[in-house]
Amino acid sequence: MSAIATDLSATELSKGTSLPSWLAPLLVVSFAYIVVPLVGGSYLFEAILLPFLALSLAGVGLNILTGYAGQVSLGSAAFMAAGAFAAYNFNLRVEGLPLVASIVFSGIVAAAIGIVFGLPSLRLRGFYLAVSTLAAQFFVQWALTKFSWFSNDSASGVIDAPKLFIAGFEFDGAVGRYLFALTVVVIITFLAHRLVISQTGRNFIAIRDNETAARIIGIPVLKTKLLAFAISSFIIGVAGVIWAFAYLRTVEPAGFDLDRSFQILFVIIIGGLASIRGAFLGAALIVVFPLALSRLGSFLLGDVFDSGVLDMSQRIVLGALIILFLILEPDGLVALWDRVRRRLLLAWQSS
Amino acid sequence: MPIANYAFGVAEASVYAPEILARGLPDGQPAHKDGSASIEASPALLALEGIGLSFGGVVALADVDLSVRPGEIRAIIGPNGAGKSSLINVISGVYRADRGHVALHGARYAQVPTQRLARLGVARTFQNLALFKGLDVLDNVASGLAYKTRSNFAGQILGLGRSRRERAEQRGRAEQILDFLQLTHVRDRLAGTLPYGLQKRVELARALVAEPRLLLLDEPMAGMTAGEKSEMAAYVRAARDRFATTVVLIEHDVGVVMGLSDRIAVLDYGRKIADGTPDEIRNDQRVIDAYLGVASENEEGAGI
Ligand SMILES: Nc1ncnc2c1ncn2[C@@H]1O[C@H](COP(=O)(O)OP(=O)(O)O)[C@@H](O)[C@H]1O
Ligand SMILES: [Mg+2]
Repeated sequence: MSAIATDLSATELSKGTSLPSWLAPLLVVSFAYIVVPLVGGSYLFEAILLPFLALSLAGVGLNILTGYAGQVSLGSAAFMAAGAFAAYNFNLRVEGLPLVASIVFSGIVAAAIGIVFGLPSLRLRGFYLAVSTLAAQFFVQWALTKFSWFSNDSASGVIDAPKLFIAGFEFDGAVGRYLFALTVVVIITFLAHRLVISQTGRNFIAIRDNETAARIIGIPVLKTKLLAFAISSFIIGVAGVIWAFAYLRTVEPAGFDLDRSFQILFVIIIGGLASIRGAFLGAALIVVFPLALSRLGSFLLGDVFDSGVLDMSQRIVLGALIILFLILEPDGLVALWDRVRRRLLLAWQSS
Repeated sequence: MPIANYAFGVAEASVYAPEILARGLPDGQPAHKDGSASIEASPALLALEGIGLSFGGVVALADVDLSVRPGEIRAIIGPNGAGKSSLINVISGVYRADRGHVALHGARYAQVPTQRLARLGVARTFQNLALFKGLDVLDNVASGLAYKTRSNFAGQILGLGRSRRERAEQRGRAEQILDFLQLTHVRDRLAGTLPYGLQKRVELARALVAEPRLLLLDEPMAGMTAGEKSEMAAYVRAARDRFATTVVLIEHDVGVVMGLSDRIAVLDYGRKIADGTPDEIRNDQRVIDAYLGVASENEEGAGI
């Protein structure tokens, strides 16, 4: 039923030239809420949609800092880890604290850490700033491994995430966890969208494009940069909660290493800097592409090579494709998407 | 353009406390050493006292005095590398002078506080374009009012009343300035996609929207055709007339400068070698030797 409804609206969409801008996101969200749970199998949720949602949200967070405010960061995974462990500990140690409150508090903890590690941005720029954010990456991972209090003195350092209860309702099973993650992502993405089109969002862009001019016209540069770090880290922290609580179902420092930071940076570069949509497109590519590649690889060459060689060659192919893509489309998937859509619209109109 | 059109903007313009406007210079102001007799007659809005600045071994400015009276268009000319941009950077606090002070409506600064510049009623443009490429023209111009923003990010996300009022007011004033500088047709374009001459004008609009008492223009006409230059000169004069703005102007094209400015200071190798009315400058032998004689070669002024 609803699939037909969305289909109908989709044809409407190409017909009208000035459709309200909220229509397309609304359709996507309704599709994700209504159609996907009906048709999706558990592989789709567990292996694709849950990591996709968590990485998309992390990408939205990093895009605010790097895409909009122009501050390069390699510490994203650290803020994810901070969020995940903070939520775990709030949930464990504060009796009767609702899950929503744990999530908000964990975002605030990540934001506070983000502000601390954002302080160098007041002095450093570009490459030097990126290197200094590595400090966050290494420090947080070191602290979480070193002090077993964070993982409740568990011997392995790997702990189970709590069940997802909100207002007495348990988000159980793959579909439940998907709906939980989807809800968090939709709410935060909506707020992030409101932010980037606000005065504060325009101040971010001004500082990115010309810091001296921004200071001259009276934008509070230091405050605004730290705000970008705080908001970005908050969102990435919540993405960490989703990653650990809804996707992996465990909390451990190892999953939040430098590789993850780079992965999130790739998400926004491939998707398109300074674009909320871009974070989702980039995350989709980063999640789906390796899976498709590995299916293809084992299908074609599985008999010839062992899995180690296959894994390695997939990484090489993936890296090469990313480089090729960036050369051909430096503005990311968003630019590609917009161009294709324009072409299709033109072709459709002329026919 | 009828003034009434802009009455809303003027009435809202609480940028400058009237008492500051009325106060003028405090009593202890040192007398100026400038040769022109008329300078003593009117108190200065801006006064540079013995400014010295060097970069490593390069002396950019040496013992430069300059006074700017309210409402005048004050030009600074000189060959490439003479220190003109450095002077503007010192006035706007981008550089800190090694020696000397900047007096801005009576308050003396060793380094002008850049972060408070807009609140002090000073706006500037840059020799190299300094627009925000990722914002459209309207938002670039509206950003010139960012210093007045009182709402915080949470209120803006939720769309609370104050943030909506601020947004509406900023856009309204920006639209009036766009109209004034005849930029309305490009208001929704990304600033970075405009031709060079228009970008220069958008930068002027961003500076003007705050209705500054002092406007610093670093080569606003550089790289323009003769037609564009005279158009820009007309806009600068119109801006001064409408907003009673004092203008400090760096320009290479001597012809434009002579016609536009009330007084001209000439810099050469970081020193001020002459200061006076266009007529006095035209007939100054040192200026002719140092600058005017070679003006034709310098015309394009592709300086740093
Ligand atoms: N940021 C800087 N770093 C080093 N040298 C500078 C800097 N700014 C200006 N200078 C030097 O100061 C001198 C004056 O430059 P500038 O003020 O830009 O001259 P103008 O604007 O008159 O062409 C030049 O020799 C220039 O190289
Ligand atoms: Mg210059």
